[in-house]
Parts: sequence; structure tokens; C-alpha cells
Amino acid sequence: MSSSVATQPSAPPASAPPARQPRSLVTRVLARPEVGALAAAIVIFLFFYAVAPTFRSLPAASTYLYASSTIGIVAVGVALLMIGGEFDLSSGVAVTTAALTAAMLSFQFSLNVWAGVFISLAVALAVGFINGYLVVRTGIPSFLVTLSTFFILQGLNLGVTKLVTGAVATPNINQLDGFASAKAVFASDIDLGIITLKVTVLWWILFVAVGTWVLLRTRVGNWIFASGGNEASARAVGVPVRKVKIGLFMGVAFLAWFLGMHLLMNFSTVQAGIGVGNEFVYIIAAVVGGALLTGGYGSAVGSALGALIFGMTTQGIVFAGWDPNWFKTFLGVMLLAAVMVNLYIKNYAARRK
Amino acid sequence: MTDTIMEHAAPDLHKGESLVEMEGVGKAYGAIRALEGVNLRVGAGEVTCVLGDNGAGKSTLIKIISGLHAHSEGTLKVDGKERHFGSPRESLEAGIATVYQDLAVVGLMEVWRNFFLGSEIRKGRYPMAPLDIKAMREIADQELQKMGIYVKDINQPIGTLSGGQRQCVAIARAVYFGARVLILDEPTAALGVKQSGVVLKYTAAARDAGLGVVFITHNPHHAYLVGDHFIILKLGRRVLDKKRSEVTLEELTAEMAGGQELAELSHELKR
Ligand SMILES: Nc1ncnc2c1ncn2[C@@H]1O[C@H](COP(=O)(O)OP(=O)(O)OP(=O)(O)O)[C@@H](O)[C@H]1O
Ligand SMILES: [Mg+2]
Repeated sequence: MSSSVATQPSAPPASAPPARQPRSLVTRVLARPEVGALAAAIVIFLFFYAVAPTFRSLPAASTYLYASSTIGIVAVGVALLMIGGEFDLSSGVAVTTAALTAAMLSFQFSLNVWAGVFISLAVALAVGFINGYLVVRTGIPSFLVTLSTFFILQGLNLGVTKLVTGAVATPNINQLDGFASAKAVFASDIDLGIITLKVTVLWWILFVAVGTWVLLRTRVGNWIFASGGNEASARAVGVPVRKVKIGLFMGVAFLAWFLGMHLLMNFSTVQAGIGVGNEFVYIIAAVVGGALLTGGYGSAVGSALGALIFGMTTQGIVFAGWDPNWFKTFLGVMLLAAVMVNLYIKNYAARRK
Repeated sequence: MTDTIMEHAAPDLHKGESLVEMEGVGKAYGAIRALEGVNLRVGAGEVTCVLGDNGAGKSTLIKIISGLHAHSEGTLKVDGKERHFGSPRESLEAGIATVYQDLAVVGLMEVWRNFFLGSEIRKGRYPMAPLDIKAMREIADQELQKMGIYVKDINQPIGTLSGGQRQCVAIARAVYFGARVLILDEPTAALGVKQSGVVLKYTAAARDAGLGVVFITHNPHHAYLVGDHFIILKLGRRVLDKKRSEVTLEELTAEMAGGQELAELSHELKR
């Protein structure tokens, strides 16, 4: 070996390098994280289309798209965070925290609703920042850090609301200045001629588009994949992994805040106890959409498909007139199937060819 | 194969000039003293080999140079100026690039994304400027061809390349982005004979282009093929520090194998 290294010139044949063979279309399509979710979404759509006649109408589409959007908006951020290699268990109650903050501040101080909206945004981003900062500073798994935040926020939601209002819900804010315009932004109905959609559906599509753009077309997206895929090597080539992760936690916080504002403007009052358990719904939507629990792989469009599957199934079961309790069973089966499909796809994509 | 290196090596490198100098450097992880009183010099156009057993402190030493951990004693000079790196980015900006055996690449990301990771080409300078994906694909493709790494498709995940190829991509990337000092942490540890040969050739090419190379290894044979200077660490201390002209492969091997300890052991085990 020593002689071959010392004396022979470089190994590659200078003459005829083998031509590049782009991978086949099938390989490339199958390597996309969202194929499994797309197939599942089509199957579920066809299934309910066949068994539940009311599911076929446009108002029904409007209903399940709305249900999907309220999951999908936060799920985009959760998917990006998971691609970046972290979890957020506090996202469900953070939605409620944002809504409560805006509602109570506006009401107690008789502020313009928009003032409450923006203060609430600052609070939400601060919570996201603290989550991220604790994770990157201490190295404690995000599962534990955000589990703590989850309990803290859940307690604060109920405790502070009771302290301030004496009840477990906020007063109605629909008489305050700025409510109408805030409702127009966060919770209006958009008439598209053939179908009337909740504005959240459009926001959802926008957030998914932005998420996809960031992931695939910007430097930050590259850094998100690298931070989740191999943190140490990302750091070694100069990727600011800590900033990326803190940014991702703040992204989830922003989207949770956005959904909180929707709930507040839609119902003009908020129950302090809601939101618990939704963090899992967002995570499941991201996982069904192809995000790997271990990070480094996934997509924003996938999370949207995951949310759509969720929305279609919850509403489809109602339209079909079945006992909604079956939904949980379906959910478990779906999740297990998704994880197995993802594992298979990941191995397929990474296999040596 | 060496085209890339010759083209991209920093032009202001002069053989023999000191790029990195460490003096009396030490590092403690809490109560554990991983490194103590180590001197090391990396010259342009030279390969400095650091050898040692598991836990000897080799990785700790290079983590100090590459900015992953700051040293707690002694001085680190880069280009004659005293430095104390707080992050890998600072070290990279000083022209020091590190390639780790396992940490070199992000397996699930495409080859071209890996090549440009941390130094992406963008179509603008504003924060969310889009990537120039076409240019990056083309450059990565050309550079890999020049190196003799034939991947079927530049868009395939880099995890589908062999260990030696990944290592070469990581080295080529470091050189392409203008590294002056190249640190290789056990680049041949997991490789077969042939692939080790490719990596060693690449190391020699980087040296010939004027870069300063720090080569970490367990293997005195590999070290002796490319090294100009050898340092053996044991429990965080230098036990040997010699120029190539002052040491033979046999001495290196014996020292690595435990030197005096081995002689005693062989005496004890005598049958
Ligand atoms: N982050 C850390 N925290 C605490 N102790 C550490 C840390 N990193 C390394 N050490 C200790 O420092 C000593 C030197 O470790 P180092 O990784 O530098 O060895 P090495 O020479 O690279 O070994 P190997 O050949 O196994 O890679 C060991 O005793 C190790 O346990
Ligand atoms: Mg080591």
C-alpha cells in the first residue's frame, strides 16, 4: 500500500469519466418526503367521497379545509422545527396563551384590539425564544424543555385568567376598537363565488408556500436541514446552528400566536383550558407528512397534507354519521403507518446506488 | 485530481511560514485534564501528524484550533496573532477548516448542498435571498469530476457515496473555500486500504499546494507516508515531538505501541 500511495499518480482515469446518470423519475419522486402523505390523502378523500354523500358538496369541502387549516398553520412551523431536529410540546397551549393575552390586555385596559394583538405577539415570540435558548444553551432535550413550558403555560392560562376575570373564559371583546379590522384579517369569510372559505385557509396556503420556499430555496433552509441532519458537522462548516434552532422555536411561536388570534377573533372570547393535546396533533401532521422524528428530513407541503388528512377524517366521520370516537383509533393506525412508510422511504432514498 | 487544490489554494502561502502556533496549551473538562502543556506548530506546505491512543487528547487538541472548545491555558497564535476562538465560524474565517471522520457531511442532504453548506451561493445579499441552485450544482459537479469522484447524480443524498468519497468531498470543499490550514481528524480510520490511499494522496496534494495540514491518526504507517513533523500524545501530554529527519517509522510504531511499556509487557509475557 505504501508504494502505491507514494509513487502512483492520481487514481482517476483521465480519459473517459463515466457519464452522469440522473436518477430515474421514480427514484426522485419516491425520495420526496411527502409522497406517502399524498397517497394517503387521495385514498382518504376517495373513501369519504364514496361512503358519505354530504362529503361531496362544496360547503363540506369548505368545512374540512377550515378544520385542516387550523391544524396546518401551526403544523408548518412544527414540521420545520422537526426537520431542524427539535420538538415543541408547548405549541398547543401556546395558542391559548396568545389568545388569552391579547383578549385580557385589550379588555382590562380598554385598548384597541390591535394593541393586544401585538403585545401578545411579543409575548409569544419571547416564549419561543426562551424555549429555543434553553434547548441550545443547556443541551437538555427539547422534549423536556418544552414539556416544562407546556405545564407552565397551561397553569398560567388557567391561573391568570381566573385571577383577572374571576372565570375560566375571557370577556367578550367584540365591542372594542379595532375588533372589526382584526376579525377581517384573522377570521373573515372569503367568498370565492363557487365556495366560501375561511380566511385561515388562505393564510395556511401562504405559510406553507413560505415554508417551502425557505426550506428549499434559501440558505436558512439548507441550515435547517443540516442542523437536524447532523448538528456537529453543520457547526463545523460554520452553520449557526443555535440561531437556526432558536429561530425555529420562534417560528412555531409565531404561528401558534397567529392561530390564537384567529380563535379569539372568530369567537371573540377564549376558554382558558383549550389547546391541550393539540401539540400532538401538529406533530402527527408533520410526521404523517414525512418529517423524521430524528430530524434532517421532511417538508412543509407534507405537513399540509398531514393536516388535510386530519381535517378530512375528523369531518368525514361526522358526515358519514359515525361515532367520532373512532377517530382516535384511526389516528393511531395512521400514525403508525406513516412512520413505517417514512422509514422505508428514508432507507430507500439513502440506499447506495 | 489536484487541479482543484492548485486552483483554489490561497496564493499568499509560502512554504515553511508558521500558520498556527500553540504554546503550553492545556484544556480541562471540569476535573478531567484532557490536555496539558502542548506545543504545536503548523507550517505552510507541511503536514504535522498528531498520534496517540484513544483518549490521548488528539480530538481535544484540534477542537481548540477549530473553535469548538476554547483552551483554558497557554496561547494559540494564528498568522502570528494571538487568538481565542469562540465558535467554528471564527476559526473558519481565519482560514482553518476541519474535516471529521463521521461529522464530515450531512448524509440525507444532496451532494451539492453538502458541498456548499455554510458557504452557499445566493442571488443577492439580503437575508432571504434565494440560492443560486444552478450555479452550485454546476460547480459541485465540475469540482467532483476534477477530483475523480464520479457520482451518478449530483442531486443524490451524499450518504449514498462511499466513506472515502465523502471524505474527499469534505476535503475538496475545505480547499475550494480557501482554507489555509486543513485539519483532518482520523480521516483514514474507517477506510479500507485503497480508499485510505485516495485520502492520503489528497492530503499530500493539499500540502504541495502550500496548505498547512494537521493530520490526526492512530496509524503510524499512514502518518509516515505524508508527515513532516510528528507529535505523539499520551494522556494529554507530549511524549514525542520530532521532525521527519529525526525519526524512523520503526521508532514511531514502537512509541505508539507503548514504547517502554511494551518492552516491559513483552518481558512479563515471555514464555
Ligand atoms: N466534552 C468532554 N467532556 C468531558 N471530558 C471529555 C470531553 N471530551 C473529551 N473528554 C476527555 O478528554 C480526554 C481526551 O479525549 P479526546 O477526545 O481528545 O481523545 P482522542 O485522543 O481524540 O481519542 P480517540 O482516539 O478515541 O478519538 C478523554 O479522557 C476524554 O474522556
Ligand atoms: Mg478523537
